Amino acid sequence: MICQECHQRPATLHFTKIINGKKTEVMICEKCAQEKGEMFMEAGGPGFSINNLLAGLLNMESNIQQTKANAFPKTEERRCPHCHRSYKEFVHIGKFGCAECYKTFNEQLNPILKRVHSGNTAHIGKIPKRIGGAIYLRKQILDLKEVLKVHIDQEEFEKAAEVRDKVRSLEKRYEAQEGGEEL
Amino acid sequence: MSLEKFVENALSSWMSAEGPEIDIVLSSRIRLARNFKDFTFPTSFSNEEANKIIELIKKRIEEEVTPEIGKLELLEIDQLQPLEKRVLVEKHLISPHLVEDSAKSACLLSENEEISIMINEEDHLRIQCLMSGLQLKETLKIANVLDDWIEESIDYAYDEERGYLTSCPTNVGTGLRASVMMHLPGLVLTQQMNNIIPAINQLGLVVRGIYGEGSQALGNIFQISNQITLGKSERDIVEDLTSVVQQIIAQERSARDALARTSHIQLEDRIFRSYGVLSNARIIETKEAATCISDVRLGIDLGYIKSISKSILNELMILTQSGFLQKYAGGPLRPHERDIRRAALIRERLNFTESSSS
Repeated sequence: MICQECHQRPATLHFTKIINGKKTEVMICEKCAQEKGEMFMEAGGPGFSINNLLAGLLNMESNIQQTKANAFPKTEERRCPHCHRSYKEFVHIGKFGCAECYKTFNEQLNPILKRVHSGNTAHIGKIPKRIGGAIYLRKQILDLKEVLKVHIDQEEFEKAAEVRDKVRSLEKRYEAQEGGEEL
Repeated sequence: MSLEKFVENALSSWMSAEGPEIDIVLSSRIRLARNFKDFTFPTSFSNEEANKIIELIKKRIEEEVTPEIGKLELLEIDQLQPLEKRVLVEKHLISPHLVEDSAKSACLLSENEEISIMINEEDHLRIQCLMSGLQLKETLKIANVLDDWIEESIDYAYDEERGYLTSCPTNVGTGLRASVMMHLPGLVLTQQMNNIIPAINQLGLVVRGIYGEGSQALGNIFQISNQITLGKSERDIVEDLTSVVQQIIAQERSARDALARTSHIQLEDRIFRSYGVLSNARIIETKEAATCISDVRLGIDLGYIKSISKSILNELMILTQSGFLQKYAGGPLRPHERDIRRAALIRERLNFTESSSS
């Protein structure tokens, strides 16, 4: 049996991963196993935690992505512009480096969140009191803009003008609130 | 220092055992994970950022104190003695993780130790509230007051779609972990725990022993908490957990009744043997102590033992850990010495309670 990773050395290690009932078998040589990260090595160690488990889940994700789309830049190499954490690093420790990471790795996030939170990907619940007001306004503005589009498509220009004025006044309020926060 | 005084100083308000359902539920805990906007998360931030976060919190406690919260004291972890840190960990006020990177971390404690806010742990803030008995809703209320109070002057990392952003995606959304500590000797003795744990897991809740893992929990104490933080409101999380806990309480009560009816004398024997061990042993390990303390507590709840107060389990559970024993001894102890100290402390404590209540 030849190692799946380097296709050179004989495979001396044999792993079976079972995630959500999906069984994957990995046959690799010792050198590749070490290079692949300590995930295999640490798994049974004393420091085993939810993050190791999570890192395991995430690692699967990147393997699938890689085989699927080699033409695109590798997900693993993408870095967060704010904290410079790469996806590979995130996968390794199972933690994000900053709030911006949630945007940077947004594409990869949904499947992960679904697994961890019973299929949920969006927050329902508390909105911070102070910055919450602005969020509520923004939602209203976005909703009205949708309505505006519909009116324009159907050539109901009078109604559209009404909605447009509403949007403008809300936008002014929104900007004032956002600005007010800076003080 | 006399034991009486030492114990008094060592106790947090939740240990007084005055909350609802206190015969089964020891404590309710709420934890909110929060991060500051525009700051890197603690897993990769600089010392400069870490200090700035501590400064911002310091400023906040200096500028305003809400009467609902009372006074909060800031402890910088690297200013503490190793033994002091250990004692805070044993009281569940701070996590071992906070101590590991103590140069950058701090915590805010309320006087009665109901509130502890860890700063620069895995997230910038971990707001924790701990109350006696089953009071998750009330505990959440206090946590929310604290959360709003901090948010008045500090911008949180919050996303419309994902909610409160956290270092680990397992906490994102509400950032809320609600947990309840339960004493379940009836379910363990009647061997029902092995069936109950998988059922609880299926509801998206996690069961852990506080000393050990799974059904082998030492001292029959289990911690039950929510796993899901995203896509469920705070109120639903707390209500769901509360209703599951209430069902477990009902089952534990009926298991206790059944035991008392069917094996009355065996149960009484077991309880008084354990009482005998605790009041006479000269050397006792953590494991044996935990088992005996659980038996005695059951004896108190069922009315076999009348001379001891209910809070004894809570107290001894905390006080017989190695950090506390060493603090009481006034210096480091070897494991064997700890077992001797532990036995002495338990004997003394039981005598003290007996004489003061008679």
